[in-house]
Amino acid sequence: MADAVEVVIGLEVHVELKTESKIFCACSTRFGSPPNTQVCPICLGHPGTLPVLNLKALELAVRAALALNCKVARYTKFDRKNYFYPDLPKGYQISQYDAPLAEHGWLEFRVDGRMRTARIRRVHLEEDAGKLMHDEVTGETLVDFNRCGVPLIEVVTEPDLRSPREARAFMEELRAVLQYAEVSDCRMQEGSLRCDANISLRPRGATDLGTKAEIKNLNSFRALEKALEYEVARQTRALERGERLVLETRGWDEGRQVTVPLRTKEEAHDYRYFPEPDLVPMTLDPEWVEQIRRSLPELPSQRMARFQAEYGLPAYDAGVIVASRRLADFFEECVRHYPHPKTVSNWVMGQVLGYLNSRGLEPEELNFEPERLAELLRMVDEGVISVSVAREVFEEAVSTGKSPRALVEEKGLEQLSDTGALAAVVRQVIEEHPSPVRDYRRGKVKALGFLMGQVMKKTAGKANPQLARRLLEEALATEREETP
Amino acid sequence: MAVSPEEVRHVAWLARLRLTAHEERLFSEQLSNILAHVAKLQELDVEGIEPTFHVLKTLSNVYRPDEVRSWPELREVVQAAPQQRDGLFAVPRVLPEGEDEVSAKNEKDG
Repeated sequence: MADAVEVVIGLEVHVELKTESKIFCACSTRFGSPPNTQVCPICLGHPGTLPVLNLKALELAVRAALALNCKVARYTKFDRKNYFYPDLPKGYQISQYDAPLAEHGWLEFRVDGRMRTARIRRVHLEEDAGKLMHDEVTGETLVDFNRCGVPLIEVVTEPDLRSPREARAFMEELRAVLQYAEVSDCRMQEGSLRCDANISLRPRGATDLGTKAEIKNLNSFRALEKALEYEVARQTRALERGERLVLETRGWDEGRQVTVPLRTKEEAHDYRYFPEPDLVPMTLDPEWVEQIRRSLPELPSQRMARFQAEYGLPAYDAGVIVASRRLADFFEECVRHYPHPKTVSNWVMGQVLGYLNSRGLEPEELNFEPERLAELLRMVDEGVISVSVAREVFEEAVSTGKSPRALVEEKGLEQLSDTGALAAVVRQVIEEHPSPVRDYRRGKVKALGFLMGQVMKKTAGKANPQLARRLLEEALATEREETP
Repeated sequence: MAVSPEEVRHVAWLARLRLTAHEERLFSEQLSNILAHVAKLQELDVEGIEPTFHVLKTLSNVYRPDEVRSWPELREVVQAAPQQRDGLFAVPRVLPEGEDEVSAKNEKDG
């Protein structure tokens, strides 16, 4: 892309709040239940029913807004967003329009080692819609309302992101902050964190925004980055050809790795918002808001700074580990039992993350106690097992749930560190391989590697490598002196 | 404060109402009269007065605790819909919009 062009991206993020019940009724919010088993006359929009706000949803939304450095409103209210679509049985969504819960926030995030800040325009509360499935055979549309009425916050950024990488880094930081603040599980694969992106190009230095495209269906960090990269290329090409871009909604087609225009009705944006008469407004007590602010835990950026200062971790390590609260907790607990932070960090980033990634698991799904990792690392330090055996033991301990020490004993994986026993093996190897021994004595140092290999082979890889090497070198040196 | 027949037609479409040409003209006239009547409020001096967001001035902060309660007549409530299929509400096909179109396509391709 030419340097003369600037990419401008803003995000609209929907986040499901971690409540037990829905925002305006007592139905469960559990994910994955059989269709329409968590519904009632209120979330199905039956006439004569009245919604009542779930206080926990309001509290979590305030928590999220404070974690995103927003100014929380003193006075806020709900509005109706009117449109006909079968995912909303009422014919409108209860949302917030001109008096949102919170505004004017910001979020700092790291991209390629640099700190960047994106402003948050607003955070508001609303209800989620149902799920539609299209039956290709009967031509019918089928609706599941279990998700309808699950509390959501919508987080809208200012158009402050300048590249697809920045958009991704922002989303990753946003997820980490919301997970730390315990407002949402943020499971993109379950739809509890969803993102639309607005993207346009403009000549560098210009202040007006170019014609934007709104990209929907971005249900992974990868999809977000790939779709935006595709859009930058598509819009750049169009502008270079002198074409005029049109304001449009496009969707990311994961299979073909392209964005495609979506059919949208022209009137779709004519929502005719008006104040929701069925719900009373909210006046937020500043003291209550302050209480929530004080109850916020250490957030990822603060924790990252502390990991660097307190444990001496490089910025890279600290960034990778604090990205997940569970992983950072795991790291700290492990360091408590085994006070060598850099070694623990290497294992967390290498073995632990490697294991999770290879199985497509989230850190929350890790079934392994930090004490166990400490136990394993101590066995390496004590010379009981080698690092490579430790890696194997880790894999087995994580998948079987057995303790590393028990596994080592059960399988007889202890290193051979008995000098007498190892010396005997060394003698045997020297006797059996006179030719490499001669080579070594004539100064071919490389022959030592072969002899070491033989020692390892005879001990089934269990020889303590440092000890074996020392014994081998000593034996070869002594015998050279004996040979005339 | 005139509401043109075109605006009436547009609003009627948004509300999924089918009006005859006669009704469009009739409502255009009536709506114009109503708006003109209400417009009298514009003459009031509201300088320095806080906007009213909600007519219930004294009532606010009505909440319920976050407690799950299943609806006891779940079957009846679902069966109240004119058409169902395997526990799902069946509705006339809608033009796929937004995520649904792409996900339907992905499922087919995948």
